[in-house]
Amino acid sequence: MTAALFVFYVLALVTVAAAVMVIAARNPVHSVLFLILAFFNSAGLLILIGAELVGMLLVVVYVGAVAVLFMFVVMMLDINFVQLREGFLQYLPLGALVGLILLLELVMVIGTRAVPTTVAAMPQATPPGVNNTEALGRLLYTDYFYLFQAAGVILLVAIIGAITLTLRHRPDARRQDIAAQVHRRPQDTLEVRKVRPRSGI
Amino acid sequence: MTSLVVGPAVPEAFLFITATLLLGIAAFLPERRAAEITTPVAVILLLVTAMLVVAVGGGRALAFGGHFVQDEFAAFLKVLTLVVAAGTVLVAPGYLADERMERFEYPLLALFSALGMMMMISANSLLALYMAIELHSLPLYVMAAIKRDSVRAAEAGLKYFVLGALASGLLLYGASLVYGFTGTLMFDELTQRYAGAEAAPLPLGALVGLIFLVAGFAFKLAAVPFHMWTPDVYEGAPTPVTAFVAAAPKLAAVGLTLRVLFEPFGAMVEEWRQVIVLVALGSMILGAFAAIGQSNIKRLMAYSTIGHVGYAFVGLAAGSVTGVQGVLVYMAIYAVMTLGTFACILMMRRQGRYVETLDDLAGLSRSDPLMALAMALLMFSLAGIPPLAGFFAKLYVFLAAVQAGLTWLAVVGVLTSVVAAYYYIRIVKLMYFDEPAEAFDRLRRPELQLVAAASAAFVALFVLWPTPLLTAAEAAARVLVGT
Repeated sequence: MTAALFVFYVLALVTVAAAVMVIAARNPVHSVLFLILAFFNSAGLLILIGAELVGMLLVVVYVGAVAVLFMFVVMMLDINFVQLREGFLQYLPLGALVGLILLLELVMVIGTRAVPTTVAAMPQATPPGVNNTEALGRLLYTDYFYLFQAAGVILLVAIIGAITLTLRHRPDARRQDIAAQVHRRPQDTLEVRKVRPRSGI
Repeated sequence: MTSLVVGPAVPEAFLFITATLLLGIAAFLPERRAAEITTPVAVILLLVTAMLVVAVGGGRALAFGGHFVQDEFAAFLKVLTLVVAAGTVLVAPGYLADERMERFEYPLLALFSALGMMMMISANSLLALYMAIELHSLPLYVMAAIKRDSVRAAEAGLKYFVLGALASGLLLYGASLVYGFTGTLMFDELTQRYAGAEAAPLPLGALVGLIFLVAGFAFKLAAVPFHMWTPDVYEGAPTPVTAFVAAAPKLAAVGLTLRVLFEPFGAMVEEWRQVIVLVALGSMILGAFAAIGQSNIKRLMAYSTIGHVGYAFVGLAAGSVTGVQGVLVYMAIYAVMTLGTFACILMMRRQGRYVETLDDLAGLSRSDPLMALAMALLMFSLAGIPPLAGFFAKLYVFLAAVQAGLTWLAVVGVLTSVVAAYYYIRIVKLMYFDEPAEAFDRLRRPELQLVAAASAAFVALFVLWPTPLLTAAEAAARVLVGT
């Protein structure tokens, strides 16, 4: 138990620290790297509570795809981040005020609620004897099969849409044509000329 | 663990599999040839799917563990949606070829959008509803922006996308509130718990969620106060896309709205009626007055859509069988009129360029009397002049409203129809009494003429044989409204 608790605190602390650094880092590339660190630690937290599939998905999807995409965008777009932050101090009082009001409202909402003294039995994440991945898979491919398929169709449409809107066949682009390269013969392209000394062609 | 029942969803499965196959085939054909074959194949697929829906028929049946429901209501709307979608796909290729954007993806996107619409009509849980709405609208965003070199089309697509995402957010928030406060996603369970004989009162939070859901639907239907995107998208998108967006998706969205409001939340009529009345009122008034100053016919049609959705909501506010029947008849007639009008707009080409201002229609009766006649019939019908179909559509919804004690709302509806009649009939006046503008090109597009003529014939002859539509709509309405 203590080992798990220790791991939890380490992961949680690193997650929070990394999240703070995401918005505090001056260099946007560093921000993205801290974001990746935060993702990794969150994945660790998820595995710690027994949701290993979600944890792995977090690594695969967010670190593997989303963060890399962010990195590309940050590196390829020439955004002047210093300029973006210029108004920060100017709007700080207003933002702080809105945040304070929200906080007060939250406190009021929570304060008016009667907190139950007895906690109901925690719902089990998975049925006994079945691991997390298997339980999710069973649900997805039985009760939610229709929705799972629908999500697949939506992704297919997204691919078609992206290709439709962005693929261009540019006639001036020079593409590699391997067949044409292989079929080139020396006599088509080479010419042997006799060059007399002291004169060009 | 529930067994996987697919039976009632066979039409959807068929459409999905054939659309995917068509995508696979078209991707490997030469581009020009692929664009040529996909349109007719897509039209045929949509019609075959409609026949399959008829073959599967009514009779309430659940599929996929209760997320999907097939009944008379769904069958009625699906057939209509598919036929109208087929019509809007059929009229597209001429314009797309002229504007050099004939792409094989266009009919395919329309097919996937139609699949989403069918799933919307059959959605029987909050999650299925959300998935279906996303599937139907994602292709619409792409289609609106398909003319990628045009700044206006790109603007239309982006606007539609961003505001559509906002609407999805509202919808999802509403769905999460309903789920959070009731603990279930399934409509059947909600119906059982909150609309049955020994119904429990709906938690307040779920009611707030319902309002958010209605806001999301109102956005998809272009109803006030969520109508802002409509004129810009209608004007900026290529005309065939506008036709597609204006016709079939509205049917599906109305179907979804009706199902959600009457099945799981059927006991809450008094609560949601206030919202629906407000939306109806705003839409009717804005649709009537904002269209007066328009000079672009596509923009005018956008305000016309807003107004018509308002009239349909009058029937919805009645909350009775006749009200739902009125809404279904209204939307069916609206979709046909819209289809016909856009077929006419697609014929407005002058010297190889498409024109879309009202003044271009001046004196059309002399240069093209048949097109002018079709357009005049459709305009009179949109205005609601008897004995055309549009009159009966309005008659049924207003009648239902009066029966439900909402006489004042019906009166507002009649008054705004009078205002709206001004701009519809102005188009007729332009065509018949103004000095002729230059004649339009003689287009050899039998499909446009067919669709325009069929729609005009429908609105003109509906009065002679209204029974099939009325009885089908009534049978569909009875499924939703128990008594």
